[in-house]
Amino acid sequence: MEKITLLCFGVARDITGAGNVSLHLRPRPSVADVRQQLIADYPAFGELVSFAIARNEEYADPDEVVENGDVLAIIPPVSGG
Amino acid sequence: MTDIKLSDQKLSIDAAYASVHDPACGGIVLFIGTIRNHNKGKTVTHLDFESYAPMAIKEMTRIAEKAKSEHKLQAVTLHHRVGNLAIGDIAVIIAVSSHHRKAAFTGCEQVIDELKEHVPIWKKEFLEDGSYWVNARP
Repeated sequence: MEKITLLCFGVARDITGAGNVSLHLRPRPSVADVRQQLIADYPAFGELVSFAIARNEEYADPDEVVENGDVLAIIPPVSGG
Repeated sequence: MTDIKLSDQKLSIDAAYASVHDPACGGIVLFIGTIRNHNKGKTVTHLDFESYAPMAIKEMTRIAEKAKSEHKLQAVTLHHRVGNLAIGDIAVIIAVSSHHRKAAFTGCEQVIDELKEHVPIWKKEFLEDGSYWVNARP
């Protein structure tokens, strides 16, 4: 198992109670695996309208593989402007 | 030219206007987004904007460059405020210049529409009886 850390903003920070959250996953998980583990550990994410995962400051596709050293973030529905 | 800024300081309409002004252009369109005092029938007291700054800057740059190339704009400026904002404060300024007005109107609208859809900025609305993150829950 490997520890994966994600940055949390907005409602994601309220749900996890911190500015980042750590998940335990097999090495080199897909972005879809990360989403699934996040909802398993924090079911409240399943109640949001939607959320995306950013990898290295860009929106990530579900089939992308997370490599060591990648910067991940949870992106809840945005509301700028 | 594109001019992108995420700031916790008051935004300047004059600075945004000056940044796109160009003698080759016949039209400048400014969009100014301000904080309104009501939402869905409730009174709003103030707002808090949070961002994932490095990614927000990247997305804002991508959106501005895309509008500029798709509509052949001369210049696009996109300034967004973060932090604590009061009613009436300016949250966002978009300034666009082009040779002719139609491209400037279309380009400016595209930039605000895409910003609202993609840029990682979050708005927490404070009401008289509580607060919530806008758009987060059904």
